[in-house]
Amino acid sequence: MEQVPILKIGQTLFVSIQIDLQDESVLRLQEDLAEELAATSARGVIIDITAVEIVDSFIGRMLAMIGQISRLFDAETVIVGMRPAVAITLTELGLSLSGVRTALNAEKGLAILNGRA
Amino acid sequence: MDELPIQTGDDVVRIRQHVRNAAAASGLSLVDQTKLVTAASELARNTLIHGGGGVVRVEVVKSAVGRNGVRLHFADEGPGIPDVDLALTDGWTSGSGLGLGLSGSRRLVDEFELKSEPGLGTNVVVVKWSR
Repeated sequence: MEQVPILKIGQTLFVSIQIDLQDESVLRLQEDLAEELAATSARGVIIDITAVEIVDSFIGRMLAMIGQISRLFDAETVIVGMRPAVAITLTELGLSLSGVRTALNAEKGLAILNGRA
Repeated sequence: MDELPIQTGDDVVRIRQHVRNAAAASGLSLVDQTKLVTAASELARNTLIHGGGGVVRVEVVKSAVGRNGVRLHFADEGPGIPDVDLALTDGWTSGSGLGLGLSGSRRLVDEFELKSEPGLGTNVVVVKWSR
């Protein structure tokens, strides 16, 4: 199983998913992020999925859950860089990712988090 | 036709990549490739978790009117699905998921056939055609 690295820059945790995610890797990421949020008191999480070719119902549910978990640590999660084909497929699949913010790219995601301060 | 095992989470990732290549080779658009790979990911996970593992057969096919497509046949010898209609309902789940796996993947493909009997396993055949 591959692990997704988490970078802390200022008050924000950055995650860039560069691997083809298997279920265990997503679960691991969820746990690692919760640990990091508790340990660092970061106020925001940016998850970059530019390189992610598909988001199925499991991965989508895990992303939404990361958003909910981060809120319990007084942090907001923004998913950035979703590919158009992924957005179309997610919608047809019936997954709305409600409860998690999205932005076009990391820069705009960061602007959303900073605007919150 | 290629046959791939579905026994681990790594197998599911390999199947996605294999289906992506087959879909690209048969001329599916990027959106249609993504839909088929997503459906394959859902169905492979079902085979792994609910069917106790199995296989998928990946085949590039041609329709009567000459369109290219990809056909996927997921087969397991697990416990089977007692009520197929119920299992295909949006939001119905046997576990902790969202209940979108089967019903959602049906929407993502052009043809969808599910055969299952308690005790005899489950077979799902899907086809996605190029436009």
